[in-house]
Amino acid sequence: MGIHFRKSRGIMQDFAHSFSLAFQLLWRFDPALGEIVFLSLRVTFAAVLIACVIGLPIGAALAILRFPGRGLFVVLFNTLMGLPPVVVGLLVYMLLSNAGPLGVLQLLYTPGAMIIAQAVLVTPIIVALTQQVLSDLNAEYADTFRSMVVPWHKAAVTLLWDARYALLTVVLAGFGRAIAEVGAVIIVGGNINHVTRVMTTAIALETSKGDLALALALGLVLLMIALAVNAAVMAVRASARRMAYA
Amino acid sequence: MLTRFFSASAAAVLALGVVATAPALADDDRFIIVQSTTSTQNSGLLDAILPQFKDKSGIEVRVVAVGTGQALKNARNGDGDVLLVHAKPAEEKFVADGFGVKRSDVMYNDFVIIGPKSDPAGIKGLSDAPLALRKIADSKAPFASRGDDSGTHKKERALWKMAEVDIGEASGSWYRETGSGMGATLNAAAGMGAYTMSDRATWIAFKNKGELAILTEGDDRLFNQYGVILVNPEKHAAVKKDDGQAFIDWLIGAEGQKAIAAYQVDGQQLFFPNATKETN
Amino acid sequence: MPDPRVLPFPTSPGEARPAARLPLTVRGLGFVADGTRILDGIDLDLTDNRLTVIMGPNGAGKSVLLKLLHGLLPPSAGRILWGGRELDRHTRQRQAMVFQKPVLFRRSVRANLQFAVNLKKSPEATDLLSILMDDLHLNDLADRPARLLSGGEQQRLALARALLLTPDILFLDEPCANLDPASVLLIEETLHKARAGGTKVLLVTHDLHQARRLAEDVVFLHRGRLTEHSDADSYFDAPASPEARAYLAGQILL
Repeated sequence: MGIHFRKSRGIMQDFAHSFSLAFQLLWRFDPALGEIVFLSLRVTFAAVLIACVIGLPIGAALAILRFPGRGLFVVLFNTLMGLPPVVVGLLVYMLLSNAGPLGVLQLLYTPGAMIIAQAVLVTPIIVALTQQVLSDLNAEYADTFRSMVVPWHKAAVTLLWDARYALLTVVLAGFGRAIAEVGAVIIVGGNINHVTRVMTTAIALETSKGDLALALALGLVLLMIALAVNAAVMAVRASARRMAYA
Repeated sequence: MLTRFFSASAAAVLALGVVATAPALADDDRFIIVQSTTSTQNSGLLDAILPQFKDKSGIEVRVVAVGTGQALKNARNGDGDVLLVHAKPAEEKFVADGFGVKRSDVMYNDFVIIGPKSDPAGIKGLSDAPLALRKIADSKAPFASRGDDSGTHKKERALWKMAEVDIGEASGSWYRETGSGMGATLNAAAGMGAYTMSDRATWIAFKNKGELAILTEGDDRLFNQYGVILVNPEKHAAVKKDDGQAFIDWLIGAEGQKAIAAYQVDGQQLFFPNATKETN
Repeated sequence: MPDPRVLPFPTSPGEARPAARLPLTVRGLGFVADGTRILDGIDLDLTDNRLTVIMGPNGAGKSVLLKLLHGLLPPSAGRILWGGRELDRHTRQRQAMVFQKPVLFRRSVRANLQFAVNLKKSPEATDLLSILMDDLHLNDLADRPARLLSGGEQQRLALARALLLTPDILFLDEPCANLDPASVLLIEETLHKARAGGTKVLLVTHDLHQARRLAEDVVFLHRGRLTEHSDADSYFDAPASPEARAYLAGQILL
C-alpha cells in the first residue's frame, strides 16, 4: 500500500512499534491511508444506508403486525445475524460473476459489489434489532394506537420516529459489523489497490506480507475511527435521553 | 432543536450515502482486471511495474491477488481479463479447455524450503528437495503447507510425491495445512517453528521471518515458472481482449521484461524474465 | 362555567353530533381473563349524549368495561351495539379514550397534538387545536418534551389529544387520580364543554366529589355485575342498591 517504515524484529517490538506507527500514520495523514479510510467509510456508510432503507420497515412490520409465520421470520432474521461474511461474499460473488445471473452489471471487483455484500450482511442485524427495539415501544403504545385507530403503517412510522435514538444504536451495531468485516469484501472486491482496498483488506494484505506492525497499526486506526463514530452517536443519544426522547 | 439536529444529521448521512454510491456505479476509467497470485503482489513486483504500463498505455491494471487455484476458477467464470499465475500444467489445461486464448512464459524464480534455524530435521545445505522433505517427514518436525490448491501447493505436492511420503496420512499431525495464502502460511510457520515451502520472492519480501531461514535451495525441481494467459473472449463476452492483449504484449515484450528484471528487494532480484517469442 | 364557549364541532353544537345521540346498547356482556370472571351479564342502555359516571370499588371491572365499550378488548360474551352497529374500525374512529396513566409519544407537546390532527385530517382540527391548547393551558408547554411534564400536565395533554379526534363518545378511565387540583379543574371544565358540544362522555372515577360535580347519570358496578344505573340525583340522594349505599357511606366493599 505504499507505506514503508523501518523493518521491525520480534513480536513484542512489533506490538510497541504499532502504536507509534498508528499515531504517525494519523498524524501525517498519510495519503495512501487516507484513500483507504475514505473508501472504507464510503462503502460502509452506503451499505448501512441501504440496509436501513430495507431493514427498518421490515423490522417495524415484524414488531407491529401479527400474522401466521411471523415467529418464523423473527427467528430467521435473528439467525441471519450470524451469517458468516465469507458465505455472503461467496453468494454475492456467484451473483455478480460474469458467469452468474447479474454478471452484466459488471459490478464485481468494484466498491459497488462491496456495498452489496456488506448490505446483505447488515440488513438482518437491522431487521432483528429494530424488531426488538420497536416491540418494546409498541407494547407501550399499542393500546393508544388501537384507541386512536392508527393504521399499521402510520404506527410503524411513529414507532420508528419515536425510537430513533434507540435505533441509532441498532445502526451502530450494523456499522460496526460492516466496517470490521473482511471475509466478504475481499472476495467480491478483490482488494485491488486504489480501487477496492479498504482498511480490513489492507490489514489482511500487510499481515500476509508479514508486516505485523503495520497491520496492527492499521487495525488501531480502524479502531479509532470506530471509536469516533461510536462516541458521536452516544453523544447524540445522551442529549436525547436528557430530553426524554430516548 | 434536537429534532432539527437529528433531521440535519439524517440528511447528512443520506447525502453521504448518495455521494458514496454514485461514483461506485459510474466508473468509466479504462482498466483491465488481472487474476494473479499472492506472490506477485506480496513481493511488491506488480506495484512496481504496473504504473510503468499505465503511463505508456493509459490502461489501469487492477490486480486480484489470490491463490493460483482460485485465480483459475475466477478466470473460468470470466471474472478477469488476464491470468498471471504459476502452475504450468493447470495453465495448459485451462487453455486446452478453451477458457484461455494462449499461454506465454513471463518470468521465473524458484521455490525454497524454509525452516527454523535450529533445523531439527537436518536439511540445511541440501540441494535435493525431495530428500529434504523425506528427512522432515522422518523427523516428524512440523511442516506448514498452503493446502489451498495454489501454484505453490501444487508444486509442493508434486515434491512430496517424488519423496514418496504419504502426506495424507500425516495431515493433522506433523503435516499442517493452513488453507491460506503464502504470507499467512509463513506467519503460521514462524509461529509454530515449522518447515514450509515458499517462492523466493514472497520470502525475501516477507517481514515476519522470526527464527525462520532458507535451508534447502538450488534444486532444478524447485523451478517456478510464471505464465500469462488472455481469458478467452469467445467464452465470456465481457473480456476486454484488446486492452488485455496490450498488457500481455507489454509484459512479455522488451519493456515489461526489463521492468521485471529491474525489480529488487534488499538488493536481490526476485523474478527473472524469460519470455520467448514461441509459446507452448 | 368560566368560559361559555362550547367546543366547536363540525356544525352547530347539540344538533351537530347525531351520532352522540345514538344509543349505546350493551346486552349480556361478559369478560373472562385467565379463567377469572371479570364482568358478567352486563346490560346497559346509554341513550342520550349525557355525562355518565361509572363507579364501583376496586376490582369491580370498571376499567375492563370501558375497554370493552371502546373495543380495546374482545368480549367473552354478549354484544355491544352503537346505533345498532357492532364496533368496527369506522365506529371506533368516532370514539376516543383517556387512560389513567397517559401514554404520550416521545415528542414535544405540540407534536403529540399534531399527531391527532394529522390523523383526523379535518379542516376544523387546527382551530380546535388552538382552542384546546388555550383551555387546557398547554401553550407555554408546547415545545416541551411530553414525557417530562408533570402528571397533571400530561393528563391535560392526553385529554386535548383525545378531543382533537372530535369523538362522539369519550371514555375516561380515572383521569384525575393523583392530579393537582388546578389540572383537575381544567379537565372538568373541558369535559363540561365537550358535553355541551354534544359529546357523550363516560367517566370512571373514585372521587365522589368529582362524580357529584360531573355526573348526569351513574352506573354502579360491584364484583363484575351492574347493580345500579340511575340519574345522578337519585343515585346520590337515595341509591337503590345496597352495594351502592354501602359504597357511598364509605364502607369498603370487597
